[in-house]
Amino acid sequence: MNLPAAIALSHREQIKLLAGVLIFGAAALLPFFNTTYWLSIGISIAMFTVLATSWALFSGPTNYIALSTAAFFGIGMYIVGGGLPYLPFPALVLVAALAGALFSAVVGLATLRISGVYFVIFTLGLAELVRQVVAWAQHVMGTSSGLYVLIGISDQAMYWLLLGLAALVFLVGWAIGRSRLGFALRIIGNDEVVAVHSGINTARAKVVLFVISSTFAAMTGALVAPRWSYVEPSIAFSPFLSFEVVIMALLGGVHRLWGPLVGVIPFTLLWEFISAKFPSQTTLLLGACFLLIVYFIPRGVVGLIEDFTRERGGAIRDLLKRWTGGHA
Amino acid sequence: MPSATATVALRAEGVSKRFGGLVAVDGMSFALAENEVLGLIGPNGSGKTTMLNLISGATKPSGGAIRLYEHDISATPASEIARRGVARTFQIVRMLPSLTVLENVSAGGVFGHSRRWGRDLEDHARDLLRRVGLQGAGDASVSALTYIDQKRVELARALASDPKVLLLDEWLAGLNPTELRTGIALIEQLRAEGRTIIIVEHVMDAIRSLCDRCIVMNSGAKIAEGTPREVLADPEVIRAYLGDADA
Repeated sequence: MNLPAAIALSHREQIKLLAGVLIFGAAALLPFFNTTYWLSIGISIAMFTVLATSWALFSGPTNYIALSTAAFFGIGMYIVGGGLPYLPFPALVLVAALAGALFSAVVGLATLRISGVYFVIFTLGLAELVRQVVAWAQHVMGTSSGLYVLIGISDQAMYWLLLGLAALVFLVGWAIGRSRLGFALRIIGNDEVVAVHSGINTARAKVVLFVISSTFAAMTGALVAPRWSYVEPSIAFSPFLSFEVVIMALLGGVHRLWGPLVGVIPFTLLWEFISAKFPSQTTLLLGACFLLIVYFIPRGVVGLIEDFTRERGGAIRDLLKRWTGGHA
Repeated sequence: MPSATATVALRAEGVSKRFGGLVAVDGMSFALAENEVLGLIGPNGSGKTTMLNLISGATKPSGGAIRLYEHDISATPASEIARRGVARTFQIVRMLPSLTVLENVSAGGVFGHSRRWGRDLEDHARDLLRRVGLQGAGDASVSALTYIDQKRVELARALASDPKVLLLDEWLAGLNPTELRTGIALIEQLRAEGRTIIIVEHVMDAIRSLCDRCIVMNSGAKIAEGTPREVLADPEVIRAYLGDADA
């Protein structure tokens, strides 16, 4: 019985919470090891953890594959890039969150009626559209094609900020999972007709989740903007990023809150290796990874783990049954 | 039984539905009294399911009005109609495969006409499971259930919202004779509770034993109305089902 019911934390949830705190606590110690290489990988992992986990908050239960991560990520980046002369960095991160929320609400209201492949194509086009608009605006205003993001924020600070944001994503995801909204989304993902006839305002539920997910993407873009001291549309709105996020989330598994994390860590490490060894074949290899994952592990690593434990559990139960049966 | 004093739960006034050139429902008018069990029968393709879809809001009428307790719901979204107290089952049973049996039932009781959550919801869902004869199956996966048990789950889900009007779309179709007796007994029990129900059904035994009144549809229009005995003896109804004897 896992009906999200009791207000108080169950024993299992207390254990999960403790495990989460310990893992985040351990991860927060990374900057003290004084290795720039691993800290840089740590930043990538933390960034993709936020992006992939928040992506799965929306796409996991609804089965809507959104390729719009780059659109919101880029907006966040540009708000920091363009706003630094006027506002302090923390304020800009909040502005980015607000802008991401507003923009995604508009987009969500306009597009979440369409489903399936049309939605996928639309979200892919969205990032490209925003990118072209930004490039055009910069051209019209006569500024250069990019923006300098020159701010003294250390890698350590950025890592901790991203880690904090990741913790927030997990808290929000956990709260949604226990809420009526979370239950509504699981019903929608199973059968939208049943959802509607059970009284669920499916459009509203989907828009709310899309906004939450996109807001996190915008905040992530804002937080990591200083990492690229020079931001231009092709970096900020790279469709590559959207695909990476989808692949990592699918690799891990989108039906558990911690699923995408299981995909992010190996994929980031693998990607680090691939882009160092085969810098000009990254797109090809990304496509190949996508095909392999979707074909061989459609339910992600989490699915594999669950199948494995169930099989083993079944085998053990059979053995026990035979053994006790023999003695009965 | 409909009487002059009975409250009208649902009223259709000249309801039509056109799909392009096809008129699926053609000027249907009828009233459903509170606590009444109304049968909606007719040959295949006569527009019965479309009529249910119009009431539940799955499709919108091209003309006419549908009133739930005198409130016009013709243009109301399906989710809002569910909240106002209309619940339904589907011609082809619809399960939520990744949810447990108990969650499948609970799904009907959170967002609809009555809204429960937490302990209250769980108790309510378990109670309904017991009433449809599935006690103890709450933690099972719905894929492990037989066809009739899935139908029971769907019925329990519809009941979970404490609906004012329950729509059963061929709920008894596809059951074997033993299951059919169980199914009829189950609806009999709902009837005894005084629920307001519209049944779309092909099983005539069920119509005879369950319905206070019947409406017969053919080609989208109402061709007869009355007690099951009356309408099944009506020459026009017989013609609609069996074709013209003179031909």
